Amino acid sequence: MIENVPLGAIFIIGALFVPFLKGKIKSSYILFLPVLAFITLLNMPDGTHWVLGFLDYNLILVRVDKLSRLFGYIFIIWAFLALLYSIHLKDKVQQTAALIYSGSALGIVFSGDLFSLYIFWEVLAISSTMLIWARRGRESIRAGFRYLLVHAVGGLSLLAGIVIYVAETGSPEFGYIGLNGAASYLIFLGFCLNTAVIPLHFWVPDAYPEATVEGAIFLSVFTTKTGVYILARTFPGTELLAWLGAIMTAFPIFYAVISNDIRRVLAYSLLNQVGFMVCGIGLGTALAINGAVSHAFCNILFEGLLFMATGAVLYMTGKSNCTDLGGLYKTMPITCGLCLIGAVSIGGFPLFSGFISESMTITASAKESLPIMWFILQFSAVGVLHHASIKIPFFTFFSEDSGIRTEEPPFNMLLAMSIAAFLSIFIGIYPDVLYRILPYPVDYEPYTLGHVIGKLQLLFFGVLAFCLLIFSGYYPSEKRTINLDMDWFLYRKPVQYGLPALQFIFGGIASIMGRIFTESAPRVSANFISKPRPKTDRLLSPMGVSVLIATAFISILSAVFFLL
Amino acid sequence: MGVIVKKKKKRELAFFDIPKNRNMVVILLYAVLSILLIIDLFIHRHGDFHWEESPEFFAVYGFVACVVLVFVAKVLRIIVEREEDYYD
Repeated sequence: MIENVPLGAIFIIGALFVPFLKGKIKSSYILFLPVLAFITLLNMPDGTHWVLGFLDYNLILVRVDKLSRLFGYIFIIWAFLALLYSIHLKDKVQQTAALIYSGSALGIVFSGDLFSLYIFWEVLAISSTMLIWARRGRESIRAGFRYLLVHAVGGLSLLAGIVIYVAETGSPEFGYIGLNGAASYLIFLGFCLNTAVIPLHFWVPDAYPEATVEGAIFLSVFTTKTGVYILARTFPGTELLAWLGAIMTAFPIFYAVISNDIRRVLAYSLLNQVGFMVCGIGLGTALAINGAVSHAFCNILFEGLLFMATGAVLYMTGKSNCTDLGGLYKTMPITCGLCLIGAVSIGGFPLFSGFISESMTITASAKESLPIMWFILQFSAVGVLHHASIKIPFFTFFSEDSGIRTEEPPFNMLLAMSIAAFLSIFIGIYPDVLYRILPYPVDYEPYTLGHVIGKLQLLFFGVLAFCLLIFSGYYPSEKRTINLDMDWFLYRKPVQYGLPALQFIFGGIASIMGRIFTESAPRVSANFISKPRPKTDRLLSPMGVSVLIATAFISILSAVFFLL
Repeated sequence: MGVIVKKKKKRELAFFDIPKNRNMVVILLYAVLSILLIIDLFIHRHGDFHWEESPEFFAVYGFVACVVLVFVAKVLRIIVEREEDYYD
């Protein structure tokens, strides 16, 4: 047997056989892949493996250290749960795309150089788009195209950055980069776009609610968390990131409160959670990085669980708007209970996993003596409770009875949710299990009396505020509307007005050029070369001359760019 | 037929349709809040900022933050709200 196989390859190559399988064989084969990957990772020693020569550089396909191992574990666990959740699907396109998507995320986590990272990066973007398109509605197809274009721009920025970076430093090593020079800013931009750092976050609430029920389970985890992993490796301790992260925790909450689609509420809550991680990476201390990474680990489980629960509601009722739902606890009690576990975990209640990870980042901001950041983060910690812990379960399962009578989702969905819920509680009660595998030694004790009581006060008085506001009628009512986000400024309006303008400018240039090369130039040259030529001399025919001139023009242009 | 009867029964028994149960939840919430307020007077919290150590700070901040959140969101809604088919 081949040793230390790249884990991404297990998924990606494994995915290629899915279309040929059927029924139970297909299901067990799909579930076997993550198990195989997990066993491989358990037996993989630290260090670099699978180093291949490429041009003058080395491609490192497997680099195992504490950080990549941690993300490897949670990605494989999540891939397993998400595949289990979607095992009832007959749509092989989705299952193949999901496997390739998970595999490329693992490929990024274990790649040791920027070239192989870039290749997996593009595979990640394309395979994730398939999960949006797989819903096959008009809105999903359009959202998928927007998603793909946004990621194409990010990918190009990253590629440009990598090429300049490698040319400057001579090494494609995937390690600390830090913000200095044009190359690093281009790479930073590409990475931030994938991590959905504000103001480049708009694609998350735009595309994720349009994905398939099962696709959203994968999407909610892999793209943004690979971004978090990459930022933790390349830009730890970047002050700009700390502040962007802090804003990112607070800003989406306001949108979450006024959004109608529960999966859009969750998308905004995802941004808020990634904000805690980005902020921790920006702070860069051992405690903060540990906080960021452990929060990524816990968040994958409970945020994913919430996506699963809302997905199950959408799967069973066909509805995901707060205005259409309500009173579902009567017919979906198990889903409701599991959703509540996810909700309580994301809110950070003691004994649940959010409590032991989120507070590390907040404490790190206090240790760095940043009171304003601390206040923003605490504000967001209550805000999470408000929109994710209360709003989602309240408007879906309780609230006014919508009259919908449905049933519990299929067994495989319930099982996947139950495992995620179990892990969320388990890590909350035994945080040391997680703390032991963090990249830095942990000197942090979440369960002190002061901390527990303080956090409970913060949360329960948030609950009180919610109750008082909703019963007094001040809480923003759920409406069938949408809310403009950053994409309105960044491309929706610019494209609406900019595209005709661009068409006018470039169309104008094209028609002038066309006239020069196809009409004027041949005429002039024909006059210049006045002697009649035999017709076979193609090069000096009017057409040939215009081609010559065009070639010369392009050569001059490229020479100018090359010299610059 | 049997299924329909079962569903009807479930609807009658639904937990939050009974006012007594709803009141119980509210009373439970108030009880938890009071206990938290009382305990906080007797413990000393070690914080990195001095305000963290003052009693009942987190209760006040949690409540105020939520109220501010909702009112700012209401203002934001006036600015960014559009009809559902705005982009079509």
